[in-house]
Amino acid sequence: MSDTITLNCLGNGSIALVKEVVAEGLTRRRLLDLGLVPGTKVEVIRRSPVGDPIAFNIRGAVIALRREVAGKVLVSPWG
Amino acid sequence: MAHKTLTPLLEEAQKIAGPHQGQFRDSIVTGIYRTAEQIAGDVVSHTSTKRQDLDRQIDNIITSPVWGFPVMFGVLAVVFWVTIAGANVPSGILATGLFWIEARLTDLFMALNTPGWLHGFLVLGVYRSLAWVISVMLPPMAIFFPLFTLLEDLGYLPRVAFNLDHFFHKAGAHGKQALTMSMGFGCNAAGIIACRIIESPRERLIATLTNNFVPCNGRFPTLIALVSIFIAGSVSLSLSSAVATLAVAGLVVFGIAVTLSISWLLSKTILRGEPSSFTLELPPYRKPLVGQVLVRSVLDRTIFVLSRAIVIAAPAGGLIWILANTTVGDASVLSILAGWLDPLARFMGLDGFILLAFILGLPANEIVLPILIMSYVCGGAMTELASLTDLRHLLVDQHGWTWLTALCTMVFSLCHWPCGTTLFTIQREQHNWRWTLLAAMIPTTVGVIICMLINNLVRAIGLV
Repeated sequence: MSDTITLNCLGNGSIALVKEVVAEGLTRRRLLDLGLVPGTKVEVIRRSPVGDPIAFNIRGAVIALRREVAGKVLVSPWG
Repeated sequence: MAHKTLTPLLEEAQKIAGPHQGQFRDSIVTGIYRTAEQIAGDVVSHTSTKRQDLDRQIDNIITSPVWGFPVMFGVLAVVFWVTIAGANVPSGILATGLFWIEARLTDLFMALNTPGWLHGFLVLGVYRSLAWVISVMLPPMAIFFPLFTLLEDLGYLPRVAFNLDHFFHKAGAHGKQALTMSMGFGCNAAGIIACRIIESPRERLIATLTNNFVPCNGRFPTLIALVSIFIAGSVSLSLSSAVATLAVAGLVVFGIAVTLSISWLLSKTILRGEPSSFTLELPPYRKPLVGQVLVRSVLDRTIFVLSRAIVIAAPAGGLIWILANTTVGDASVLSILAGWLDPLARFMGLDGFILLAFILGLPANEIVLPILIMSYVCGGAMTELASLTDLRHLLVDQHGWTWLTALCTMVFSLCHWPCGTTLFTIQREQHNWRWTLLAAMIPTTVGVIICMLINNLVRAIGLV
């Protein structure tokens, strides 16, 4: 099995598969609603000029998440 | 009754579901997405990724560490420059035309032998303030608003929010506050309503209380006119609109800095708390429907300005004329009121008439400058004010304005109580008069303090 890291640790351009969302409450629901369910492929597109937030390609939509929120998504690097 | 019998059942259900409740939710969402994925896979086909690639290339530039902020400032500056350079000529034409009509109206009143006070009230009061609001305010609004709508339609604004989010995060505020601020450029009342997009009540309040630090369309023309008169007036003609642009852009950046500082202060004091999570979509760029935007927003703005002018500026103009022409003892009521305000106003680098204009301008920021001109003109001999040169003459030669007076007036315009409509909107959104009061107190306090500092520092150093 590949390693598990959090989404915010990935470099720009890398792709990963969602393993688990560890956030609770509203944040968890929001992340799931975006389609971050286990098995989803996520691509890191870019970081804002000051490094935070980070923009991801989630199911074809470009979504920006703040670092601490992205840190609540466990992923395994893909490819 | 029903809920009494239901409660134990619900409790039991919760006990059974207990630790697994989250899992239910997760599996429902996962199920929905699996089905959606299947359907999408069957019916949607992607022919090329060209569009997406282009979007990414554009984003590479406008959100890059090197170019992100310069591009943002550049776009802001271009919008201001087009507004400033473009508004000058139509403003002049409108003023000439409207004051020609004023002269004809005066002829008519003379021919009909109407009493002087009626002519004064209707023509010099009501009509003239209408003419002022339309000629000073309409052209910049009719240029700025469509430009801004174009930026919005392009999809640029979410990128601005993306670039700036880090600073809002640091200030304990919500990233979408950048979007509500952008709405504030159009109208602060609209900005307040836009705060609904912020889910957390704490951060929505921060955005609401600080929205007024963004100059709305009613204050922009005031800033532009003053900048054009003072800052641009002191350099050569070819440079003047560039210098004016930089000055206005500088004022806006100052407003953003104040917004961030006050947001930070609020989130450290009365609105303490952690910033909540948020997600921001960066939508694909779209080609705006230029023709439609231009026609719609120019028309909308024109109707908006004209209706405000008729509903608010006209009665205000009449009131000013009455105040300026009703005398108690030797002085007019207007100058007595201004005299009371004068000591405080002078300490802030303004004068009594300027402060009075801001107070009387509570119903709408558009009328502050017209009210000021009206109250200056009513007492004096000057009747024709067809250009900015005339306005400069009125302010500088007749009422002793310096660049410091202009600067303090602009800062106070940026930082003072919101207009009546905005306050009403805050009250309607928050249902709490304390927040409404605070929304008026915060910017006013900031404005008074900054104006006092600027005025006294500049005078202490001896620059004026």
